[in-house]
Amino acid sequence: MNWLMIVVVILSIVLIIAAVFAVYQKDLLLAVIGTSAVSVVLSVLFYILQAPDVALTEAAIGVALTTIIFVITIKKTRRFEE
Amino acid sequence: MRKVIAILLLFIIGYYSLDVLFKIPFGENATGVGKHYLESTVKETGAVNSVTAIVVSYRGFDTLGEVTVLFLAATGLGAILYDKKAKKRALQNASLIVKTSSKIIYPLIALLGAYVFVHGHLTPGGGFQGGAIIATGVLLMFISYRSFETNHKALSIIESLAGMTFVTIGFAGLIYGTSFLQNILPLGIPGELFSAGIIPLIYVAVGFKVGAELTTLLDNLLKTIK
Amino acid sequence: MIYYATSILLILIGMYAVLVKKNLIKIVIGLSIVDNGIHLLLIAIGYVKDGTAPIFSKPGLTANQMVDPVPQALVLTAIVIGLAVTAVALSLIIRLYDHHKTLNINKIRKLKW
Repeated sequence: MNWLMIVVVILSIVLIIAAVFAVYQKDLLLAVIGTSAVSVVLSVLFYILQAPDVALTEAAIGVALTTIIFVITIKKTRRFEE
Repeated sequence: MRKVIAILLLFIIGYYSLDVLFKIPFGENATGVGKHYLESTVKETGAVNSVTAIVVSYRGFDTLGEVTVLFLAATGLGAILYDKKAKKRALQNASLIVKTSSKIIYPLIALLGAYVFVHGHLTPGGGFQGGAIIATGVLLMFISYRSFETNHKALSIIESLAGMTFVTIGFAGLIYGTSFLQNILPLGIPGELFSAGIIPLIYVAVGFKVGAELTTLLDNLLKTIK
Repeated sequence: MIYYATSILLILIGMYAVLVKKNLIKIVIGLSIVDNGIHLLLIAIGYVKDGTAPIFSKPGLTANQMVDPVPQALVLTAIVIGLAVTAVALSLIIRLYDHHKTLNINKIRKLKW
């Protein structure tokens, strides 16, 4: 059980906690922050699995562009669920 | 009641999926198709990056379909959110530190995006990554300044010309070679900048097209805030 | 092994949000989480033990020491198409809110415009 497996286990636990947080919140802005946290940790996991092209694409598209589209939609509709 | 049925259904799906997936050994040898692509990349296409050679040269028609899907999405969003009396954006100016530093960083981000899509066949990168980086740089300028405008006509002309370049290179392969998107330029030495036939030309066209499309998409979304 | 369990858990959490939640934006967030889980599963299947990235950077690398490049090409296309689907879905949500003044799917029942 070398140090790389310990890093992967810790990152996977952070990933699951961020996904549950994004689904469970009632304030929609905090849910969008949870979604972008899932994208950031996923980009690091892609790099550990020896795929640098996919890590670069996920970091450029999933983190920046998806978050800004969600935030503009929330600004034009309601912020709190129900 | 709905929650209980949903959790039961998801539990059944998860249990049987994990039961099948744990029979696949993790980290075994690659498939036959993958090994063939890895062994014959440098000889047949001249590119050093194997993923770029698969996306542009071996499966180039799927990349044409993906560029079409992105074009349809940007056009559809512009058509759904069409408003005839849209005026200037009503966002505020940012503070002085953000305004000054974004004016310095914006050309460097554009340079990084151009570097990523020009060297697509040598290092990790390519057209889609470079276009997304350029669109993020323009978004930084949209947020900082209230009066930053882009030229709609110029963006639309760039996008159309880049799309036509892609299809013209494909037809040139049909006329002078044997099939659509065939490699007709000399291959060169692997590792140089001017090598690998038509792969750098196609990726430059895709980079310009994706950058212009994502900038138009963001401009259409930001213009509707009153 | 842990990659398979993490990706299946991500897909299940996203599908729970699509099935149970009543707010439209929460459903689109669930769809985005399902997309991320599927991409992780595809790349974890194509991993070779003690392999390296599929780029011939030094003149001494052979094809036996590299990971599989075909799933990476598929996932590259899938990420861009996921962004396109999310953008069109959110623009439809903006139009629906302008007309019905609510985002609850139990109250948007009439189909006439």
